[in-house]
Formats: sequence, C-alpha cells, structure tokens
Amino acid sequence: MSIALIGTVGGLTAVGLYLITARSLSRIVLGFALLGHAGVLSLLAAGGPAGKAPIISSDGTTTGIANPLTQALALTAIVISFGLTLFLLALARRQEELTADDLVEDDLEDRRIARLPDLPGDRKP
Amino acid sequence: MSILISATIVGPLLAAAIALLFRRSASLRDFTAISGLTVATASAIGILLHVESGGTHVLRVGNWHPELGIVLVADLFAALVLPVALLIILIVEFFAISQRRTAWGANPELAGPLLLVLTSGVSLAILTGDLFTLFVAFEMILVSSYVLLTHQGQQAQVRSGMTYVVMNLLSSTLFLFGLAFVYAAAGTVNMAILAERIPTLPDGIRWGLGAWFFVVFGTKAAVFPLFSWLPDSYPTAPTTITAVFAGLLTKIGIYSMIRFHTLMEMDALGPALLAVAAITMLIGALGALAQSDVKRILSFHVISQIGYMLMGLGLFSVAGTTAAILFLIHHMPVKTVLFLVGGLIENTQGTSRLSKLGGLSRTSPALAALFAVPALSLAGLPPFSGFVAKLGVIRAGVEETATLVVMAALLAGALTLLSMTKIWIGVFWGPPPEHAVGPSPTPANRRLMYSATGTAVAGTLTISLFAGTLFDLSQRAATGLTTADLYIGAVFP
Repeated sequence: MSIALIGTVGGLTAVGLYLITARSLSRIVLGFALLGHAGVLSLLAAGGPAGKAPIISSDGTTTGIANPLTQALALTAIVISFGLTLFLLALARRQEELTADDLVEDDLEDRRIARLPDLPGDRKP
Repeated sequence: MSILISATIVGPLLAAAIALLFRRSASLRDFTAISGLTVATASAIGILLHVESGGTHVLRVGNWHPELGIVLVADLFAALVLPVALLIILIVEFFAISQRRTAWGANPELAGPLLLVLTSGVSLAILTGDLFTLFVAFEMILVSSYVLLTHQGQQAQVRSGMTYVVMNLLSSTLFLFGLAFVYAAAGTVNMAILAERIPTLPDGIRWGLGAWFFVVFGTKAAVFPLFSWLPDSYPTAPTTITAVFAGLLTKIGIYSMIRFHTLMEMDALGPALLAVAAITMLIGALGALAQSDVKRILSFHVISQIGYMLMGLGLFSVAGTTAAILFLIHHMPVKTVLFLVGGLIENTQGTSRLSKLGGLSRTSPALAALFAVPALSLAGLPPFSGFVAKLGVIRAGVEETATLVVMAALLAGALTLLSMTKIWIGVFWGPPPEHAVGPSPTPANRRLMYSATGTAVAGTLTISLFAGTLFDLSQRAATGLTTADLYIGAVFP
C-alpha cells in the first residue's frame, strides 16, 4: 500500500470531517463529497497493489493485474455518493427558499430547553 | 424456491417502475403498488415455509462463485423477519391509500413508488449474504427514506430532514470505510467467508472491526448516543411514512447488527453492548416521559425498545439471541400499529398534541381499543406479545447474571407503562378540549384506515397466540447464527 495513497485518504478525511461539522449545508455537501472520495480511495487501497488492467489474456494468465473486485465496489460507491450529493444540494436549495439561508437549525428539543424559564438557583451566563 | 427469493426483491422494484409510469392514474398506481407488495409478501411466506422444513436456501445471483458474486442467503433468521417486515408495509400501504387525499397524507405520486423501492431495499438487506450488498441495500432504503421524509418540502420537514440525512450519510460513509477495512483485513466481503476468517484475525483488528460496525449499524438503529436524529425527524413526516420508518428502518439496523456480530463471534464486545443497551433503554423511556405530543412520545419509545434487542444480542448466548429475534418480530408490528393509531388520532382530531386532545374513549371507543392493545403490548404486560418478548430477554439476562442490565430493563418497562398511561389520560380520558382543532378538512376513507389498523392489531395478537411456535423458530434461527459453521456450510456446500 503506497504512502501517498494513505496520506491522501487521511487528508481528505480530515478536511471532510472538518467541513461536515459546519452549520451551512453547502459546506456539509462539500465535506461529504471529500469523505466519499476518501472512502472510495481506501477501498481501492484495500484491494492491493496497482497493476495492469484486469483483462484476462487469451492464454489465461492473470499475473500482474489489479484487483478488479474492489474497483467494481468503488464504482458502485461513487455512483451512490454522486446521487446523494445532488440530493443534499436540492435540500440546501429548498432550505434557502424557505429561510433565505442554508443553515442547519437546532432541533425542537434544544429549542424547548433553551426556552425553559431559569430556576432561582441558576447562574446567569 | 430461487424464484421466490428473487420475487421479494425484484417484485417491488418492478412495481415501483410501473407505478411511476402510471403515477397520474390513482387507481392503476395503487393497484400496482398493492399487487407488487402482495407478491413480495406471499413469496416471503413461501420462503419461510420452505426454509422451516428444508433448511437454508442460497441463491447465487448470475451463478457467480460466492467469493466474487452476490449471494442471497435465506436462512431461518432472514425467513422469519422478512414476511413480518413485508406484511407491515402491505398494511401501511392500504392505510396510505385511504389517507392520501387528506392534509396529512403523503404525495401519492411520489410516496407510492418510493415505498416500493424501500420495500425492495428491505428485502435485499434481510436476504443478502455479503457486506457490500448490505451497503447497497442500506442506500436503497435510506435514499427513498430521505425523499419520503422531505418530499412535501415543508419547513419542519426540511429542518429535521437535514439532521436525518447528514447523520445517516455519515454512517453510510463510515460503512464504506468499514468495507475497506474488512477487505484489507480478510480479503473478502462475503459474510460466510468472513465468519471463517474474522475469528482468526489478531484480537485488536477483530474487536476494532466489531466496534466500527457497531457504530455503523448503531447509527441506523438509533442506539445511545447516536439517536438524536430520530425523535426529531420521525414525527414531522406523514403518518404512514413514520409508521414504516418506526417499524422497519431502525430494526434493519439491529437486524444487521445481530447477523454481523453473532456470525463474526464478537462476544468480547458483550459488556460494552450491554452497557449501551441499558443506557439506550433508560434514555429512550425518560425522553418519552418529557414529551407532550403522541408522535414524539412514540418516537422516543422506538429508541427505548432498541435497547432490549441490543441487550439480547449483547448477552451473546443462544437464549439471548433467541430473545432478541423474538423481540424484533414482536416489535416491528406493534410499533407500526401505534404510529397508525397516532395517525388516526391526528386524522380525526386534527392534532396529536396531548393538550389539545381528550375524551376520545367516549367519542370513539374503537380508537381507544385499537390503541390499548399495542400500548399494553409495548409496555410488556401479559398476555400480549410484548410480555413474551420481554420475558425472553430478561430471562436470558438472568441466566447470564447480567444483573444491572436486567434491572435497567425492568425499570424501562415500568417507565414505558407510565408514558403509555400519559397518552391514555391525555387522549382518551378527561373532558374533550375546549378549542378542538376538528377533523381534517378533506374526507378520507376512514373505514379502510380503521380496518387496516385493526388487521395489524389482530396480527400482534396472533404473535402472542403462537408465541410458543415463534419461540422455537427463533431458537433455531439463533442456533443457526451462533453456530457459524451452519451458515458457512450452507453457502459453501
């Protein structure tokens, strides 16, 4: 497994994770795109060393070809993450239509607790 | 037999395509949906009968060798869960057809076909014999659930949908990484080969993989502390969609967890699983008590009940796994029915907030009866199905002397009864509210809605009637999982 591949996976994961912790959905979309790439790359890395195109020649030799199975898996994963990126973008667009921004809002429970009256012993921030 | 296995997956998918083609014609669309689901359900029952007498059946898709191609494995565990899951979707579809034209119904042109895609994904997730196909099946289920949850585009749905999508997308990404780790460590994603190879890996890698997939499946199953997306998003969707989500989606997560963690002999993770199970039960039950809306109370109970199934799994004994399977079979219909009743309340009264409801036991006693049976079953009172399931889990816990988690289970059971009482007092007793919201403005086919819910209630009662048979079947299914050689032998004869 090449160091460059591991470094790339690590870098993509780090940036992706940082982006999905953002409030803005468009950043989260970018984060997931990067994380998806990192996942696909690690799948490829798991398939072993790179090699020739996985086509079995007429005499049946398979030496030196790359592992085709992980490539098939990676291809499927790419298609799925592409579709999901589009869905997230559509969701961000809808949120923008409704609220004029694309920020992820607090859930109902958080808001309800924030609205609760302060108890007498509570210290004000 | 192979045709039956294919029918449960291809049937709904084909019906989805046809329903999408004829989406403008309500009768044609609904007919296609119902027939697709009926075919799938009938095939699933056929599979159960076959597997019960003839043992595990394996379908090699495209006749590829199992190491390279996709295998579908109908063992007893899959054959037991599949008909229950499909039957639930069929009943909900009947409910949906009658509810559609009201304000709370989903958009039928989209929801019909998408529910069928989701059904196909559920069948695939239950039957698949390799981890990558499980990932694809999860995506089929999740993508249709994303759209079902947000397709009406209302603000509450988009807001909660964002959390739901982001959380589940993160767990899908972790799943993808997990697949890479498994492939790097064992050189395959086929579960039968993995069941052979993973137990021989060095301890660190083995438990690491187990913990990683616990997080992946745990996010789908909404265990502590990965549950926060659930109670926020489920109540915002139309009733029928919430009913399917609550009955099936988290359960598919726990199903995969039971399959993966028992086949790969992850028993060293047992104590951690039990601790998470205990906290999940209590947090879910306590969270439910703090709510004041029928649908939100029920959503928190989805989490609490997941804890029981996790407890059965975490014991890593045949008795524990048996109890987890039995609990799964009992819980899917009961939870769906409760949400359907919640939908009926919303449909006849115009709201599901406890403060705006009251006195329904006099004005509609049928509704009260429909609620009482699954509610008591959820709380685990005899003679309902929940009692049998909970007894199984707790007895398995006592056998393994897991005292703390047994105490947590008993406490959570009492808390469940308390919050069911809260719904009962708020909705069915007391005077009718002064400012009643009133029934939904557009007429719905109430008779069909009531009969769909009634059928489902009767179904949950059947479970308690045939509890003995189901227990024996669950025990055989659990033995098939804990003795991995049986599974491996079926895939590689």
